[in-house]
Amino acid sequence: MMHQDTLLYLDGVNVSFDGFRALNALSLYLEKGEMRAVIGPNGAGKTTMMDVITGKTRPDTGRVVFGNNTDLTKLDEPAIAALGIGRKFQKPTVFEPHTVWDNILLALAGDRRPRFTLWARQTGEERDRIEDILKTTRLAEHRNRRAGDLSHGQKQWLEIGMLLAQEPQLLLVDEPVAGMTDAETEQTAELLREINRTRSVVVVEHDMAFVRALGVKVTVLHEGSVLSEGSIDHVSDDPRVIEVYLGR
Amino acid sequence: MSRVSLNLCLLGVMGGAVLLAIGNLMMPEGSAYHVPTYAVSLAGKYLCYAMLAVAVDLVWGFAGILSLGHAAFFALGGYAMGMYLMRQIGTRGVYGNAILPDFMVFLNYKELPWYWHGFDNPAFAILMVVVIPGVLALIFGWLAFRSRVSGVYLSIITQALTYALLLAFFRNDMGLGGNNGLTDFKDMFGIPLQADSTRCGLLVASAIFLALALLVARYVVTSRFGKVLIAVRDTESRTRFLGYRPEAYKLFVFVLSAVMAGIGGALYVPQIGIINPGEFSPANSIESVIWVAVGGRGTLVGAVLGAVLVNFGKTIFTGVLPELWLFALGALFILVTLLLPGGILGLLNRQARRAKPAKAAEAAP
Ligand SMILES: Nc1ncnc2c1ncn2[C@@H]1O[C@H](COP(=O)(O)OP(=O)(O)O)[C@@H](O)[C@H]1O
Ligand SMILES: [Mg+2]
Repeated sequence: MMHQDTLLYLDGVNVSFDGFRALNALSLYLEKGEMRAVIGPNGAGKTTMMDVITGKTRPDTGRVVFGNNTDLTKLDEPAIAALGIGRKFQKPTVFEPHTVWDNILLALAGDRRPRFTLWARQTGEERDRIEDILKTTRLAEHRNRRAGDLSHGQKQWLEIGMLLAQEPQLLLVDEPVAGMTDAETEQTAELLREINRTRSVVVVEHDMAFVRALGVKVTVLHEGSVLSEGSIDHVSDDPRVIEVYLGR
Repeated sequence: MSRVSLNLCLLGVMGGAVLLAIGNLMMPEGSAYHVPTYAVSLAGKYLCYAMLAVAVDLVWGFAGILSLGHAAFFALGGYAMGMYLMRQIGTRGVYGNAILPDFMVFLNYKELPWYWHGFDNPAFAILMVVVIPGVLALIFGWLAFRSRVSGVYLSIITQALTYALLLAFFRNDMGLGGNNGLTDFKDMFGIPLQADSTRCGLLVASAIFLALALLVARYVVTSRFGKVLIAVRDTESRTRFLGYRPEAYKLFVFVLSAVMAGIGGALYVPQIGIINPGEFSPANSIESVIWVAVGGRGTLVGAVLGAVLVNFGKTIFTGVLPELWLFALGALFILVTLLLPGGILGLLNRQARRAKPAKAAEAAP
């Protein structure tokens, strides 16, 4: 059942690769303003779920509905991005030859058409936005560095910064703390909570301590469908979840 | 790409062309400073090749589109200009036919094919120099980029494109002179082509258009559009998730590049005096990619440097050991790829960077 304040709704989504079922009748609701953690063993289909939402992978069957009845399965990546869905990849992908500043500039919400970017001049407003994001992501003193020269953790943060610059309604964040130190992990949890004040977030993560620190509703994926859902304590007490995690 | 090196390059191109023209027109024949007319046309030819190289660098260096068919756009621009020059011959041809070029009289054409109409008008011909390569690039690019053809597959179909045009233009019933192409030009805009002053004028015109091409290319690659383009080159899928449509960016730059190549070809033909289907040969397109690789991909200046140096080398080399030129070119390409991945400009930049930190260290207390 779809209610008023549902932002994202996956309904019976199936995806298979050469006969292998990556998503198996997956259904999931996300409320407006909610932050959801998605966990699950490797190969559970977490990244594939994000691929389906962002238009990279077209499901064989099932619906993906965003906001007031927009069927995302009919749209391609740029159109979905323009609707206000931003994505951070599992492997940090930033524009390496560009400076940190330019990476955020290219991500800023605005006209994406060549006829605009060909003549675009950086405005004061854009400069302020970029400064803000640099501060939020603690990259202010790295603004003129090549993104390719940043540390792994800094690249993760830059990518989150680019996500913020897009001003999306919904952020999909795939394993944001992979390869981060404990301190960085903690800062990232704080940053995501802050982002969640104004936007909806789906975080995929392996790191249980991190998920616990987020303190939000958890969905456990297994073999392409939802195995369990609820608070972190609820799902970690669920015998089926224990079996899946310990059975490996 | 540094601003300084591009400005130096503009200065070198313009200054060099003007000096050669002065040496040809103002210095007496016996003087040590006299520049023979053949050298003027040779330099003009290099500059046209340099325009082709800048066009190739724009798509390959900044958008990652390795076109192995760019000489086709150059040749199409050349044919458009050649058709105008043919119509200019008028009754001075061997058969003295005011309307039909010699080869048509020879092939028993009764009237001018429809697509030859208008080419007696210089403004129309110049428009076609831009429109024909541009429209072909637009159609080709639209089909290729929309279906997300990229990498090696794209290179192969660009090569197929130029090969198909080569075969088509070889046919006599294309009505474009077949095997022999278009030649025996007499004058351009009413001025005799063989005159020294015309030759010098064409050289300077080539320099001006090369400079314009460089300025336009620099504007494009340093604009926000150019930043998106570089992002597309390196991480195309990421740009999609940011809401950009990479195919639109590639299409724009591909068409711009084809137009540049076409203008280069149009300036080339009057200086060489002939355009024939050989200009569509796949080897020509591959050579233009080698010029860019030698000079330094993604630098614009390197494209000019590579085109001029390699062609200068070719002129010297083919004078001495013509049968070995292709081997020499192949060896050069392999050497550059293995030892100088950034080309000549990459090497120069690396040295400049090495020199800078040393100075900074000295300045520190
Ligand atoms: N493009 C693809 N082609 C074939 N198999 C794929 C593809 N993408 C994902 N898979 C498979 O689908 C399953 C789910 O993958 P994924 O969504 O990446 O899992 P997770 O992110 O939860 O670790 C894995 O078994 C993976 O091998
Ligand atoms: Mg994954």
